This record gives sequence, C-alpha cells and structure tokens, in this order.
Amino acid sequence: MHNPENAESPRGATDLTRREFLIAGTATVALTGCMGLGTKSATEMKPQQAAATRVSFHVNGKPCQLELDNRTTLLDALRERLHLTGSKKGCDQGQCGACTVMVGDRRVVSCLTLAVMHEGSLITTIEGLGTPEHLHPMQTAFVKHDGYQCGYCTPGQICSAVAMLREIKAGMPSHVTSDLTAQPKLTADELRERMSGNICRCGAYSNIAEAITEIAGRTA
Amino acid sequence: MRPFTFERAKTPADAAAAAARHPDAKFIAGGTNLLDLMKLQIETPAHLIDVNGLGLEKIEATQEGGLRIGALVRNADLAAHHRVRRDYGVLSRALVAGASGQLRNMATTAGNLLQRTRCPYFYDTNQPCNKRLPGSGCGAIGGFSRPHAVIGVSDACIATHPSDMAVAMRVLDATVETINPDGSARKIPIAKLHCLPGDTPHIETVLMPGELITGVTLPKPVGGKHIYHKVRDRSSFAFALVSVAAIVQPDGTGRVALGGVAPKPWRVEEAEAELPRGAKVFTARLLAGARPTPENAFKLRLVERIVASVLAEAKGAQV
Repeated sequence: MHNPENAESPRGATDLTRREFLIAGTATVALTGCMGLGTKSATEMKPQQAAATRVSFHVNGKPCQLELDNRTTLLDALRERLHLTGSKKGCDQGQCGACTVMVGDRRVVSCLTLAVMHEGSLITTIEGLGTPEHLHPMQTAFVKHDGYQCGYCTPGQICSAVAMLREIKAGMPSHVTSDLTAQPKLTADELRERMSGNICRCGAYSNIAEAITEIAGRTA
Repeated sequence: MRPFTFERAKTPADAAAAAARHPDAKFIAGGTNLLDLMKLQIETPAHLIDVNGLGLEKIEATQEGGLRIGALVRNADLAAHHRVRRDYGVLSRALVAGASGQLRNMATTAGNLLQRTRCPYFYDTNQPCNKRLPGSGCGAIGGFSRPHAVIGVSDACIATHPSDMAVAMRVLDATVETINPDGSARKIPIAKLHCLPGDTPHIETVLMPGELITGVTLPKPVGGKHIYHKVRDRSSFAFALVSVAAIVQPDGTGRVALGGVAPKPWRVEEAEAELPRGAKVFTARLLAGARPTPENAFKLRLVERIVASVLAEAKGAQV
C-alpha cells in the first residue's frame, strides 16, 4: 500500500479493498471531468495548525495516534482516516443509528461526537466485534434470521444490540419499563423501545428482533 | 462546519476562565445538540472547550437528604441511578422518554438543560428566525406551527424548549449550580434558569458569558406518585407535542409541570391549589393567558386530557 496513513491505521496493510477500488475509479472520472479547472493541492487542504489537535485512542484493541482537523467526527476519523468503513454514515445527525459504535461499554452515535474528544477512549466498531472467520454471536444471529436487506444499517444495529443487552443486564430502565425499581426483562416492547435509535429503511425489523431475542435468551 | 480551535479543560475554574479568554467559545460535553447545530452552521463557535475531563460525573447525597447531580452525569446514568429511580421517579421517567439509547449515553445533565429548540424554522437557515438571526422575523408565526408553544410566547418567537428532563427537574424544584470566570459560584432555581422570549428570543437562559453549570441539586424527596406522560407523533424517539410531569400525593394535592407547550418548562405553582378540583379547573388556571395558533390550539385540550389521565393514574384507576 502506498498510502502513508496506513501507518496509523488499525486495519494495517492489506490488498486494495472494494472501497478503495471504487474511490480510485471515481477519482479518475472526477479528475477527467475537472481537467483545467484547477483542484486544490493536498497542502492547501491541510487543516491549519491551530485548528488541528493530536488525539490517541484505542480502536478494536489497537492504539491509534492521529492529528486531526478539530471538526472531524469520530465517524469520519474511523472511516476516512482509519479506513474502518463498517460504521456507516446515514443521516449524520444522530437520528438513524447507522454509525453506532461502542466507547467503552456504551453505544454512541459516532457522527455526533468529535474524534478529538476521545483522548484515551476504548472504541469498538463492528470490525472489532467479529471477523468473517469468527463472527460475534449477534452477527451469526443476524445472518441466521436474515436481519437485514440492503445491509447498510446492519453494523449499527449489531453494535447497538450488543450494548443494549448489556444495558438491560445492568438494570437500566426504559420508557416501557413498568416498575422502575425492578430488573427489566427483554420483552418485545422493551426490545423495540430500546432499539428505536436504529432505523432500518428496508424494514427488516421483525427479523432483527428475532435475532436479538435469540441472543438475549442465551445471555440472560 | 466552520473551523475552530479546541482545548481540553482540566477543572471547572479552568473551563470558565478559558471561556472568558475566548468570547466566541462554547463548552462541549455530550455534543449531541451542539455538533448537530455546528454542522448546519447555526452554531459557529471559534473555539471549543471540551469539559468532559472536569470530573463532574458524580451523583451524591446532600446533607439535606437530597441529591447532587454532577453536570456531566449522562442522561442514561441519571435515569438508572438507584436513588433517582426510587425517590425521584418522575425524573427517571422523563429521561427515558427522551431521545434514543445512544443519545442518552452521550447527553449530559447540564447539556440537556441548555439544549436549543427544535423549531424547524430555527433549523432551516433559509428561513427567518429571531432566535437564530435577531431581527430577521419569525417563520413559525403564520407558518407551520403545529409543534410550537401555546403559552409564554411573544410576537418574536413561539419556539418550545425541547427537554423532557428539565420538565421533571422543574416539578422537583431543582437548583442549578454554576461557576463564573472570576471563580465565583452561584445557585439558580430551575424556575429562573430559562428566559421567556419577549423581544430577545436569542437569549435563552440567565447564564452569563463563560458561566459553566457544574451540577444540579434536588431537594429532599417529597414522596407521592411520580408520573411523566409524554404524547408525541411516534411512540419512541420523538419530541413531545405535550408532556406532563406530575407528583401527586394521596390527598390529591400535588405539582404539575408541562413540556412541549412553552419556551421553558411550564409550571404555575399558584394553579396547583386547584389540582384537587380536577383537570379542567386546574388546566384553566395553568394555561390562563395562552396564545395558541390555529394549528396548535389542540394542545390546550390535550393538556387537559393528559392531566385528567395522570390524576386518574395517580388515584390508581385504570387508564
């Protein structure tokens, strides 16, 4: 790989990914289209020193050090700098949940937090939950129950579901919990309420609910 | 997003002093509202002060038997705290009625109080908005005003305060604690924190430039039945059309605050003497002087019906 940023990437050197192939292709088209219009050089695009900050955190167990434009969201840092493209950008305003990752044990939307706010954070993305060879049980359950159609929301759904089951285990109440002081149980109503921050445009909700219910039964 | 400089503050006093050095600075904690607004260039701070490292995430008992909640306690943790669930149920209920699981893990106690309206005209920079751009007019008055406020409004602005948590804090008589850039601290009763719009809808709280919220104190629990009833267009993850926070005692007396109907959590203590006389009489007092638009006049009747339902629930009737 010729990209110098790979030095900071937890993905490490690999072959050309589908995404890089697509980007390369698009860039060629864009360049052809812009010939003579003058494009900004890389140095001009570089953030001003005062508007950039150094940050160190762990992603999927691996340490990363980045110098980032302060405006970079955690989502953009993961996708554009660390090339972890499992977390998806849907609405980019915290409403769809496609960018859900875990910071520590907690699920968050990575589009509404700045990467530079995460000095020392332990971040887990879908790439850190499982691998194609060793899927996380929640990933296996989503495959088994067909908990997706296009798949765009799936990484966020799975990260959210794994953290949501921990929240129930920790006794955190929800809007539909009838007794605030009792240990909540994962009923169908609880599951739907607690997963309302993850939208599935294809409407695979009933299969998603089945997948999560199966795992909840196992971990309860 | 406009470029900005960034620093991580170490202590509350540092943070407030940093804000005094940078007049265009904003504090950032959860970021769930501020970043959204910065992406749309509705908020354009030149400097951000990250307050996440200030160590303000404790919930402690006070000597008076109440609870002191650090400014950085996340909404999810506050809702789940055993004392809050046991003694301040209306607060737990209000918190879990808001936003999504992910956002409640991020959003803080202080940030929730200071979140800005979700008025669509405030969010759309192509529209006039006296709150976003003072003097530009109000698109909501005479426009789409179904979700807007019905009381406490002015000719300049009819936006609502969007918080659920603040409505419960209002009914609990919470006190907001702050620190100023000169190091002085002050306590603000929650009733006095938010301003009505008047001619200056861009001024939303009594906080001075650089003043930082460090915590919120709840007085000793008052017992009673704690209820938070929120009516919205979806059953989850939506702002309130109307919400009712109530603490009702066995003798029928109690306290009620409303969300979704005013530029601040709406409570009229004098009206609460009418609570034992039922929802109709009480609501008439609570909403006296309301100025709804034709599109949101339904909220007046909705408030009365939710209050009736809440009072019935408090009595133990099936609702």
